[in-house]
Amino acid sequence: MFDDFLIRALLAGCAVAAVAGPLGAFVVWRRMAYFGSTLSHAALLGIALGLLTGINTMLGVMLVSLIVALLMSLPHWRHKNDLLSEDTLLGILAHGSLALGLVAVAFLEDVRFDLNVFLFGDILAVTRSDLYWLYGGGAGVAIILIFMWRPLLSSTVHEELSIVEGVPVQTFRLVYVLVLAGVVALAMKVVGILLVTSLLIIPAATARPLSCTPEQMGILASVFGCLSVAGGLWGSANYNTPSGPSIVLAALVLFLAVRLFASFKRSV
Amino acid sequence: MSQLPSVLIQANAIDMTFGGRQVLSHGEAKVAEGEIVTLIGPNGAGKTTMVRIMLGLQSPDKGTVIRRPNLRVGYMPQSLNIDPSLPIDVLRFLSLGLARGDAGHDLRSSVLEDVGVCHVANSPIQKISGGEMQRVLLARALLRNPDLLVLDEPVQGVDVSGQSELYALIRKIRDHRGCGVLMVSHDLHMVMAATDYVICLNQHVCCAGHPETVSRHPEFVALFGEGVAAEFSIYQHDHDHEHDVRGNVITHDQKKYLNEYNNV
Repeated sequence: MFDDFLIRALLAGCAVAAVAGPLGAFVVWRRMAYFGSTLSHAALLGIALGLLTGINTMLGVMLVSLIVALLMSLPHWRHKNDLLSEDTLLGILAHGSLALGLVAVAFLEDVRFDLNVFLFGDILAVTRSDLYWLYGGGAGVAIILIFMWRPLLSSTVHEELSIVEGVPVQTFRLVYVLVLAGVVALAMKVVGILLVTSLLIIPAATARPLSCTPEQMGILASVFGCLSVAGGLWGSANYNTPSGPSIVLAALVLFLAVRLFASFKRSV
Repeated sequence: MSQLPSVLIQANAIDMTFGGRQVLSHGEAKVAEGEIVTLIGPNGAGKTTMVRIMLGLQSPDKGTVIRRPNLRVGYMPQSLNIDPSLPIDVLRFLSLGLARGDAGHDLRSSVLEDVGVCHVANSPIQKISGGEMQRVLLARALLRNPDLLVLDEPVQGVDVSGQSELYALIRKIRDHRGCGVLMVSHDLHMVMAATDYVICLNQHVCCAGHPETVSRHPEFVALFGEGVAAEFSIYQHDHDHEHDVRGNVITHDQKKYLNEYNNV
C-alpha cells in the first residue's frame, strides 16, 4: 500500500532524523536550541537567494546558514561587556533574517513559488536527486560527527578544562556550528523552516530519561527521530494531514509517552 | 633573572585590564618542581585572572608567561556546571581528559581511590556532592600525570573538616609525585599548613614568602586568629613584614620580591 513517493519520503526523513538525533543531543547539552532556531529562520533568506540567483536553493540555504553561523561565532558577537544577553541578540538575528527572507521572496514575482513548501517542508515531493543530496550530506555529517564526538563532548562538559588539556575548542565549535547549519539545510526539506529545531531537540529530549551515556542518548535520539518520521508519515497518509507538522506531532507524542513512562517508573 | 631548570612556570610583570578596570598590575608568580605556591587575596584581587593567564586561557595586556617546554598541566577548575541533560557518570567524565584509550578502567578507579571517592565511580556526575566533585576534578587533573597541578579554589563548597583533608591530600600528592602545585585560595588559615610559598595578591603583589616564617611573626598570628577582619588586614600589613628577620615577606617593591623569590 506504500506508494513510491511515500517510501522516498520515509527514506529522506530517516536520513535526516538519523543525523539530527546525535547532533540534536549536543544542541540540548550545550543549551543551543535558540541558536538552532536562528539558523533555520535565516534559511529562508538562503532560499530567496538561491531562487534569485538561480543556483540550487539548498546551496543558498547552506551559504546563508554558514554566514549566520560564522557571524554568531565571531568573538565580537558575544562581547564580554555587551549590554544585551545572547538570547536577545539571537532573537534579533533570527527574526531579522526571517523578515529579510520574507521580503526577499516577495521580489520573486516571475518565479513560481510556494512559500508554504519552505515554511512547512514538502517531504512527499522528495525526488530521487533530493535523496542523493540527503544521503550524501547525511553521510558526511555522520563521519564528521564520529570524528569530533570525543573532543566536542569534552568541550561541552567544560570548555576551559578542555583548552588546558589541549583540545582545539574553537575549531571544534566552528565545525560543529557549520555541521549544524548543514543539517538545518537538510532538515528543512523534511519539516520546513519553522519546525527544523524540533527535529533536533525533541528526539534528543525523548532519549534523555532512557540513557546512561552520551552515546546511548545520541543513538536513541536517532531512533526516536526515525520513529517520528515513520509515525508522522503514517498519520499524514491516513488522515491527509500536512506531513511536516505530523512528523513533529509524532515526535511530541513519543516525548510525552517516554516522559510519562519515566516519571511513572520513578514513582514506583 | 636566572631561569633555573626546575622552574615549571613563571609569570613576569603581568598587566591586565577588564573594561577599564585594572585587575592586575605587575603581577608575578613562579612555581618550581615539587613546590606548592598559593595565591591569596580578597575578592577581585585578580587571583583567578592570574591563574587563567598562566594557563593560557587569557592573554595579558602586558607581561610574559614562560613555561618549561612540554609542561604537562593538570587543571582543576573552580566548579563544574554540566547540564542535567547530559547523561555521564564519573568514570566516563574522567576518561574525557585523556587521549582515546589512554587510561583503562582500573587506572581511573585507582586514581578515584587515591582521592578518596571510589564510591561515586558510577554515579551521574550531576548527582555527587560539592566535596566529591572537587575530588573528582582533582582525580581528572591527576590522571594526566601532570608536572604542574593548577587548582582554582580547590576547597570551594567543601565543609571545614573536608577542607583540611583536601589540603592534606594535595600535599600528599605533591610528596608522592613531586609535581609543582599552584593554588588559588582566599582561606588564609587553612592554606598555611599546606603551602610552601604564599603570594598575597591585590591587583599587585602585596607580599610573598614562606608561610612558616610568616606565621611565626606574632602580629601575623594575631591577624590570623581574628577571622574575617583579620583576613583583610593582612593585605594592609606590608610594613609589618618588611622587618621580618629572614626578609621573606616584602612589600610592593617588585624587584626586591623577585630577588628574594629567586633565592628560595
